[in-house]
Amino acid sequence: MKAERIKKFIKTYAMFIVLIVLIIVFSILSPSFLTGSNITAILRQITMLGTTAVGMMLPILLGGIDLSVGAIITFVNVICAYMMVNWNVNPVLAVIASLAVSTLVGMIDGVIIAKISIPPLIMTFAMQMVLEGLSFVISKGLPIYGFTEKFTIIGQGYVGVVPIPVIIMTICFIFGSFILNKTYFGRFFYAVGGNEEASKLSGLNVFNVKTLAYTLSGLFAGIAGIVMLSRTNSGAPNAGKGFEMDVLTAIVLGGVSVNGGRGKMNNVVAGVLIIGALQNGLVLLGVGTYVQYIVKGIVLAAAVGIDCFQRQQETA
Amino acid sequence: MTENILEFQHIEKSFGGIKALSDVSLEIRKGEVHAIVGENGAGKSTLIKMCAGAYTPDSGKIIINGEEFEKLTPRISEEKGIGVIYQEFNLVNEMSIAENVFLGHAIRNGILIDRKEMNRRTVEIFEQLNIKIDPDELVKNLSVGYQQMTEIAKAISMNVQLLIMDEPSAPLTSSEVERMFDIVRALKKHGVTIIYISHRLEEIFQLSDRITVMRDGHRIETRETRETIDAQLIQLMVGRELKNKFPPRKPGYTEEKLLELQHVSGNGLEDISFCVKKGEILGLAGLVGAGRTELSHLLFGLAPVKKGTIKFRGKNFVPGNPRQTIREGIALVPEDRKKHGVHVHLSIRENISMANLLAISKNTVVNQKKEDKIVEDYGKALGIKCASYEQQVKLLSGGNQQKVVLAKWLSTEPELIILDEPTRGIDVGAKYEIYKIMCSLIENGKTIIMISSEMEELIGMADRIVVLAEKHMAGELERSEFSQSRIMEFASREIQE
Repeated sequence: MKAERIKKFIKTYAMFIVLIVLIIVFSILSPSFLTGSNITAILRQITMLGTTAVGMMLPILLGGIDLSVGAIITFVNVICAYMMVNWNVNPVLAVIASLAVSTLVGMIDGVIIAKISIPPLIMTFAMQMVLEGLSFVISKGLPIYGFTEKFTIIGQGYVGVVPIPVIIMTICFIFGSFILNKTYFGRFFYAVGGNEEASKLSGLNVFNVKTLAYTLSGLFAGIAGIVMLSRTNSGAPNAGKGFEMDVLTAIVLGGVSVNGGRGKMNNVVAGVLIIGALQNGLVLLGVGTYVQYIVKGIVLAAAVGIDCFQRQQETA
Repeated sequence: MTENILEFQHIEKSFGGIKALSDVSLEIRKGEVHAIVGENGAGKSTLIKMCAGAYTPDSGKIIINGEEFEKLTPRISEEKGIGVIYQEFNLVNEMSIAENVFLGHAIRNGILIDRKEMNRRTVEIFEQLNIKIDPDELVKNLSVGYQQMTEIAKAISMNVQLLIMDEPSAPLTSSEVERMFDIVRALKKHGVTIIYISHRLEEIFQLSDRITVMRDGHRIETRETRETIDAQLIQLMVGRELKNKFPPRKPGYTEEKLLELQHVSGNGLEDISFCVKKGEILGLAGLVGAGRTELSHLLFGLAPVKKGTIKFRGKNFVPGNPRQTIREGIALVPEDRKKHGVHVHLSIRENISMANLLAISKNTVVNQKKEDKIVEDYGKALGIKCASYEQQVKLLSGGNQQKVVLAKWLSTEPELIILDEPTRGIDVGAKYEIYKIMCSLIENGKTIIMISSEMEELIGMADRIVVLAEKHMAGELERSEFSQSRIMEFASREIQE
């Protein structure tokens, strides 16, 4: 019985164990890894990843995916900067308007996917192209800068020793966790993702559940977009390019099944931290960007592979 | 001494600490029809999957024609001539019968597929079974009965020596069952050994030479069929004596009409009129495809009503969508439990509260206390057997899963409960419990519409039976008029357009 318990413990906290092993390995290989300033740097680095993951996790729980999050980040970058620079819009209003737009974009994804069952992969990929195109059209392909210095406080400010973006990310994690664990519609994500037909017959409004998942995905990507704009202090038309794949890797590493129906927020936190530690550790060890791509690709395949392997074991 | 085609010796198998098979030894004689019976969770499916090479035994031996194996793989199993007809068919719907029969071992002429030869051989195989088919017909256009025959033909084309059939009669109509029996007998004549798994004891007595009873992962006993009687078998299966198949009950209905359909059309159905009295069990009979499930969908708001009126509690009622009908007080326990009834990967608790979650939430937050109470109350009332309500539903037996679905629906406190094949794939003991639950529901003033393909069950439980045929009303029977032949007469009635 004891062996069973240990097995269960390992299964539940697998990703946290991987994280700890990773930290130990990197701290042995590089003495500067486990220093206060480096840990702060890692946390700051993963803020956008973590914030986006909270939202993007929901479509994946439904067995879908949202490939448009990277482009939403870009789009928010561009339009928020554009509003502030070209129209002199108050930064607070610009942020609110940008978040509203990102939410709306997510909602459009969701409504179309839920209404006419376009495969989510195709729909959100199409949305990605549209938004990337729009970003270039609006910015004419150039970075937009010159807005107020105060705006950088969101991405670069501190409360005590804690960076503000880390606080934002933490709030997002708590909020997401609350939705998934405490609210009825949080439960519905798991229900619809696991068995859509049975959910429908249980009186669930599947349309609303789907729409909400993509809408929230858009909102959280929008928040990440604002954080990024504030960090870089300029709206670039390629800001979030390819970002969705990093987020996907983190989520899947966090044990969210790509087939839908299962996944826990705290494990996603672990997934995000692993990606952060990995990226930072590789840089410290002097591993080049291209090699990092190779590592990330392998990690993504391995994470999905483990998930699918577990499913196979269960059905056998 | 008769020769054994297959022997199991001291087979053990556990899944995550739960023993599925313990010390099972069994011999299958060459050329016999060997029935395996047992309640759900008795280990029958696990045993079959071992023959097919899908599961590996933890210990023990499998001996095929004298050759010993520690475990089988799907390939070895196929090579040794073992074929399995599962409850879910492994057919490609968009392909023809011939292509399906030779799927995976297509007859080739060089690198090209020799369709002519495949078609010829397919027709030949079906002729052996005395059945005429068009080998070019697409499988999706076939009835369930013919699809099953295609599966059997597929096994024959692979020179099957031992054919394992898992609940083959479950999806079939009575006439199809008869034809399936003929096929089984024909196969036996050709020297094929058959392992026949079924819940329907009647069939087992008609077909089998020997019967093995399994219970809780053990082999209880193997007997010669002609030396066995019905009641003994049930007793062996459940490990206790079951006196009656149906609980005693008094008719509790009133004359008040709870639901009334007047010339209703929609979802393929035409001109349906009947009423359901408050407090009765109305049986809905008919062959597969008669439109019973379609009718339940219509009432539950899954398909629009095109013509006619429905009255519920005396008021006009237009079922819009499941959410509305649930609020009105109608519940539907669907036919396909795994697909439509339960969320297998969620816990018992999450399943039971599913349809009720909105009602027990305040400001979108689920009230954990209320949820636990509902789950406790209904879990206990229905006698769901489990280690804890946090257990995943997929680990439960069919009967317990059905109770979870029932608990989910009863917790919405419906007035009218539509049960679509409530005891399909459930063992004898659990069936009785489901019947008892139905009785207590009636005593508590609920009303039930029971759709069933098992006539015995309809006759045993219903107050009145409405029979559908070809999507039309075919007849209505009062309890005093109940008989299998009367129901069949209505069900097979041809409807004049």
